[in-house]
Amino acid sequence: MPASASSSPRFPGTPSRVELQRLVFSFFNADVAARYWPDIVYGMWVTTYLGLAVVGAGLAAGLALAMARSFQLKPASFLIVVFADVFRALPPLVVIIVLFFAFPYVGLAMSAFTATWLALSLVLAAFAEEIFWAGILAVPKGQTEAARSTGMSRLQTLSYVIIPQAVRLTIPPLTNRMIAITKGTALGSVVAVHEIIYYASSGASEAGNPTPLTLGAAAYLVIFLPVVVLSRWIETRFAWKR
Amino acid sequence: MDQILEVFFNVAILERVWPFLWRGVQMTVALSLVVVPVGLASGVAVAMLYHLHLKRLNRFLMAYVDFFRAFPPLVLLLFIYGGLPFLGLDLPLFATVALAFLLNTSSYYGEIFRAGLESVPAGQAEAARSTGLSRWQTMLWVILPQATRNVLPDLIGNTLEVIKLTTLASVVGFTELLNNARNAQALTYNATPIVAAALIYLIMLWPLVRLVSRLEHKSIALR
Repeated sequence: MPASASSSPRFPGTPSRVELQRLVFSFFNADVAARYWPDIVYGMWVTTYLGLAVVGAGLAAGLALAMARSFQLKPASFLIVVFADVFRALPPLVVIIVLFFAFPYVGLAMSAFTATWLALSLVLAAFAEEIFWAGILAVPKGQTEAARSTGMSRLQTLSYVIIPQAVRLTIPPLTNRMIAITKGTALGSVVAVHEIIYYASSGASEAGNPTPLTLGAAAYLVIFLPVVVLSRWIETRFAWKR
Repeated sequence: MDQILEVFFNVAILERVWPFLWRGVQMTVALSLVVVPVGLASGVAVAMLYHLHLKRLNRFLMAYVDFFRAFPPLVLLLFIYGGLPFLGLDLPLFATVALAFLLNTSSYYGEIFRAGLESVPAGQAEAARSTGLSRWQTMLWVILPQATRNVLPDLIGNTLEVIKLTTLASVVGFTELLNNARNAQALTYNATPIVAAALIYLIMLWPLVRLVSRLEHKSIALR
């Protein structure tokens, strides 16, 4: 630890026993951990729940928008592009804060959970729409023509022929984006959604000890490390080979 | 309608808080100007280390990258911000924030550059070496430029994400745009500063979004 270099009198660079104890006392304090872990576990439930709700709503909305765009009605396409651009340009925290702090001024108050869910879903929808749309464009035109010539309707062509091929192309960028945005559930703590980081930082200031933050950090790893590892596997599994 | 103009687009209030918001913009830009170039450089370093193909080192780098992909940047920031003082380290706020973002960002840039280096055919390195270039020269003048070109959309996309990331610094009271906008909103009891901040972000970042979009469409279509 860098701190020990300045204060260890005997061997610069090697932590003395006292400093190691201080480190353990600060970051891995069993008493503090025992007091705060139930809160953190409850926060994990809220984080998971919020994350799943965001993924569900964001992906569904993104797919719907990409499909709507593929019908190539000029005004509709234009609105979808504007939507996607705006929510890809705005930082998610800004969207949350506008929804939570600005909308009440016009009588549109919503709970912190709803604001966070809505903001992250909008952002994910914008990114997902662009990714799905790029995937749809990448499917060769002949596929549509062939499907249409067998008598399928446009909607049938889209949902049975184009989308299944497009989705396969889009899985690696989509999983990356999903992980990045569900990690954004931590931003909910700014408007006091009772998720992991909310309990971790309020616990840390209450106890005057950063152990709850360590617990919170560990909780995020418990939730997201498997997702990251799974995404690596999915990326190789679905790698499009021609 | 009048009410919406009054609380969202109030010109009088905007005039009053504008100097404050403008200082926030400058801090946002300053933070980005530190985090993006240093992040890019450390990303290149991570990727070049990976490219040495040392088994144990690679496993470590992979763990490093996965760790930071799984770790929300806000948690990292709060951990460093709240934890460093307990280690007896008192960094200035700018350094704390930059450090947290760099740890997060270098792993993302590293992963992108790694994919880039892998996309350059081995023949390029062999040809360059056979002309008498050293390994270092080969990397710098032959491999890296091609790698960078191949992953340009991802690099720009990640840069966009890094700039958006700077908003998190408002949580620890770093006086960037979002922080100042929220303070101004609290002082004026009016949503105009927040709406103005959102518009400023939109104006700053929209060109980047367009660029990324164009490049990405090209790269997916080519796959």
